[in-house]
Amino acid sequence: MHAADARLKFVLVIGSIVAIALVPPGAFPALGVAFAALMVASASAHLGPFRLARGAFIALPFLLAAVPLIFLREGDPLGTLRLGPVDLTVHGEGLRAFGTIAAKSWLSVQAALLLTYTTPFHELVDALRKLRVPEVMVAIIGFMYRYLAVLSEEVGRLMRARASRSAAAPGRRAGGSLAWRARVTGGMVGTLFLHSYERSERIHSAMLARGFTGTFRHFHGRPLTGGEWLAGALIVVALVTFELAAQRWLPRL
Amino acid sequence: MSEDVPHAHVHAHDAQSQAHAHEHGTGSPPEPDGQPWIELEHLHYRYPDGTDALRGVDLAVARGEKVALIGPNGAGKSTLMLHLNGILEPTHGRVRVGGVTVNRGSVGRIRAQVGLVFQDPDDQLFSPTVLEDVAFGPLHMGVPEEQIHALVERALGAVGMSGSERRRPHHLSLGQRKRVAMASVLSMDPSVLVFDEPSAGLDPRGRRELIDLMRTMPQTMLVATHDMRLVAEVMPRSVVMDDGVVVADGPTERILADAALLEAHGLERP
Repeated sequence: MHAADARLKFVLVIGSIVAIALVPPGAFPALGVAFAALMVASASAHLGPFRLARGAFIALPFLLAAVPLIFLREGDPLGTLRLGPVDLTVHGEGLRAFGTIAAKSWLSVQAALLLTYTTPFHELVDALRKLRVPEVMVAIIGFMYRYLAVLSEEVGRLMRARASRSAAAPGRRAGGSLAWRARVTGGMVGTLFLHSYERSERIHSAMLARGFTGTFRHFHGRPLTGGEWLAGALIVVALVTFELAAQRWLPRL
Repeated sequence: MSEDVPHAHVHAHDAQSQAHAHEHGTGSPPEPDGQPWIELEHLHYRYPDGTDALRGVDLAVARGEKVALIGPNGAGKSTLMLHLNGILEPTHGRVRVGGVTVNRGSVGRIRAQVGLVFQDPDDQLFSPTVLEDVAFGPLHMGVPEEQIHALVERALGAVGMSGSERRRPHHLSLGQRKRVAMASVLSMDPSVLVFDEPSAGLDPRGRRELIDLMRTMPQTMLVATHDMRLVAEVMPRSVVMDDGVVVADGPTERILADAALLEAHGLERP
């Protein structure tokens, strides 16, 4: 898994996410198959079978957005909650839709994690470029990766500078009003933006100084081997088969 | 890093680079006697906001000479450096490198000749890996890919960073990043190296390694710095700038002994 070409892994993972997204509501057996496949992949990448499943809970808060479905999607009412003046009816149909969305997002995050755990970021950027993703987007992603660490260090310095001047005098309320603190934070964000903007100009000068004329050039790298093309084809066949099974053959709950 | 290793690398680099320059015809013909390699004539530069950063700078540097550019902040040192490879265009006056006037038509050739090493290596190292950064210059100069790996290897060897191709810049120490930043211009095989504050922020060991490295590099060097000990150890000639003009130019020994001159321009003796 770690040694596989990043282009193949990228196609596999994006394809899996699309396939999972297209699974019809209630097709839990199909989603179970997908989960089993991800566990196998995780184990074969020496991550342990449950590492992805655990890691994917990070996206759990986003599920809150789907909670209203339980009450709003009508059909098969199961019972009613009385909250003061509001009656909330729980629908079986809504519960099914919610469960499907929850399982799909959990599995999709697992697939994405599989990619990031097994592929160094610069290989991924390179793979995007070779898969003909527009150069501007690839460049932005590459720069973001390079400068995220620099930027977060800068944020750390600004925060420390603020913390070391946030003293409290005895007998007085320290910290100021909320509005004042918001203004300080706003100022910090502004400073950060200006620093980044100035840095971008210096980076541009450094690029010009080394012969950059507006078009990026890269190593061509090696083309995919016959075996890799075959693996790519197998990936596509497997994903299409999975999708057909989910749509036609496997039962729904 | 031992002190002997970079010597060996750099001399090898020198010999190879000379050979390389001649066989590909990128190097200029040997200069006639007394003809300077870098020539600045009445250089004026006004920033778009109206500030006059340079007000008539004349300077000539011979091939292989190592010159320190000293002066207070805002004296125009950095502005001057950005003229040497055409990042900034002079408002008046002209810049010549190796007999070629720097202008829009020649800027590509000039940038292959003049390697600019910026103060903050985080500005210079913008690629995800060291390899891609050191290869950036040669790739954009149109050097065939098969040759680039050898150039990268040699450049990293010259700064004592061999084998770091796959590393990420943000995992390196500041001293290491500075050296990779130097490698990222050495890979273009320049005849002139221009440094902005090379020793700023380095700890004593990092600084010592840098000084040893700079002493052994064969290229013509122009170094803007406040580090007077670096100047005394590496640069035989010093140019003092203040307020956009050259106020003194001569042997470093004499300049650094002139307490009145140094004090008048906000500098100190080493």
